[in-house]
Amino acid sequence: MNIAVIDYKGGNVQSVLFALERLGVHATLTADPEQIRSADKILFPGEGEASTAMQELRSKGLDQVLPTCRQPFLGICLGMQLLGTHSEENNADMLGILPFEVKRFVADAQHKVPHMGWNNLHRLRSPLFEGVREQDYVYFVHSYHAPVGSYTIAEGEYPTPFSAAVQHENFYAVQFHTEKSGPVGTRILENFLKL
Amino acid sequence: MLTKRIIPCLDVKDGRTVKGVRFEGLRDAGDPVALAEQYAKQGADELVFLDITATNQKRQTLVQLVRDVAATLDIPFTVGGGIGSVADVEMLLLNGTDKASINSAALHRPELIDELARRFGSQCIVVAVDARYTPENGWQVYTRAGTHNTGRDAVQWCREVADRGCGEILLTSMSNDGTKDGFALDLTGDVSRAVSVPVVASGGAGSIQHFTDVFQQAQADAGLAASIFHFGEIGIQELKQTLRAEGIPVRL
Repeated sequence: MNIAVIDYKGGNVQSVLFALERLGVHATLTADPEQIRSADKILFPGEGEASTAMQELRSKGLDQVLPTCRQPFLGICLGMQLLGTHSEENNADMLGILPFEVKRFVADAQHKVPHMGWNNLHRLRSPLFEGVREQDYVYFVHSYHAPVGSYTIAEGEYPTPFSAAVQHENFYAVQFHTEKSGPVGTRILENFLKL
Repeated sequence: MLTKRIIPCLDVKDGRTVKGVRFEGLRDAGDPVALAEQYAKQGADELVFLDITATNQKRQTLVQLVRDVAATLDIPFTVGGGIGSVADVEMLLLNGTDKASINSAALHRPELIDELARRFGSQCIVVAVDARYTPENGWQVYTRAGTHNTGRDAVQWCREVADRGCGEILLTSMSNDGTKDGFALDLTGDVSRAVSVPVVASGGAGSIQHFTDVFQQAQADAGLAASIFHFGEIGIQELKQTLRAEGIPVRL
């Protein structure tokens, strides 16, 4: 299987490459449009800040390439948020593959920001979560979130519901870190590789 | 519900764990990767590696360690110890660290926190704060492995590092560290209330009750300990089962 991991200086991609290796899959870290187009599957991980990430994608022409991809595509963390239309984070315009707007969590006495740590998944509704149970824990680290909408395929709560995972056609994305979520995360990655 | 995290801390020197570690069924107790795997299996939520190597070879051994751990471990891990620049953090992140923890360098030049947060995002920048209590001055921040009093008030410094954009505070009470008398509940509570980023309490854990206290009375987001886990005095599963029975949300 030919897997492309998008290289846009989006943070900790090495962990994703290692997680794929643990599943016996070799992936190529690339920003080359041809390599990305010809891949069987695409992973789009990311951490960091939305407007900087968008600048980097634009400078490589990837803002034009990614929306045209038709193979199974998995965004992770910032890689999920970037699929939306707009982010409150430095007022960034994003890829617009999915119709959500990314908003900052509001901190209160019980809810610190970033939302950091292990939290439950609710209302799972996708083959991506085969073998994953309602309430299973995955690892989140984020200050911004996508609201729940028709595109939501799993929800988190902090304290109000947000999209823990989204999907539109071939574009799947998760807010949590599959590569850092123990056996549950590994199962989700495996499920994606089977799509 | 977001759970409280249990974090074992491993001291690493020249790529090996130091301080005795006694696990049953683990032949090479000095191998950080084997230890990390063991802790992950037992249900640790995260790990912290504190690098205390002081040689010129530090960078190379640390990169190799980070890569080996990242290749194996499917839970998040933080690396701290002598990290002083944007380049240091970049090197760690490129090799698979999830979070980088800075301490003395932040006190020396606080703007470093802003630079790191802008460059890499708050979520991967931890500031470690070592505090000691004296009746005259209250809780003050110490640096250079706890040898030097900065004269800064601990709560104020925590507020500043959070404002500058760090994503988490690793708060160690030097006054409690090694005592096994419990975490510094007053300090941890004061810092938790003062900042909106997560606070990891460290120093003083000696019993399960101490973790219950720091979560219930001091609003810590995570509890970190070293020797009680290394020596098997408290099992992570046993700890988490007890916390859950007390009504504290944990991942089991």
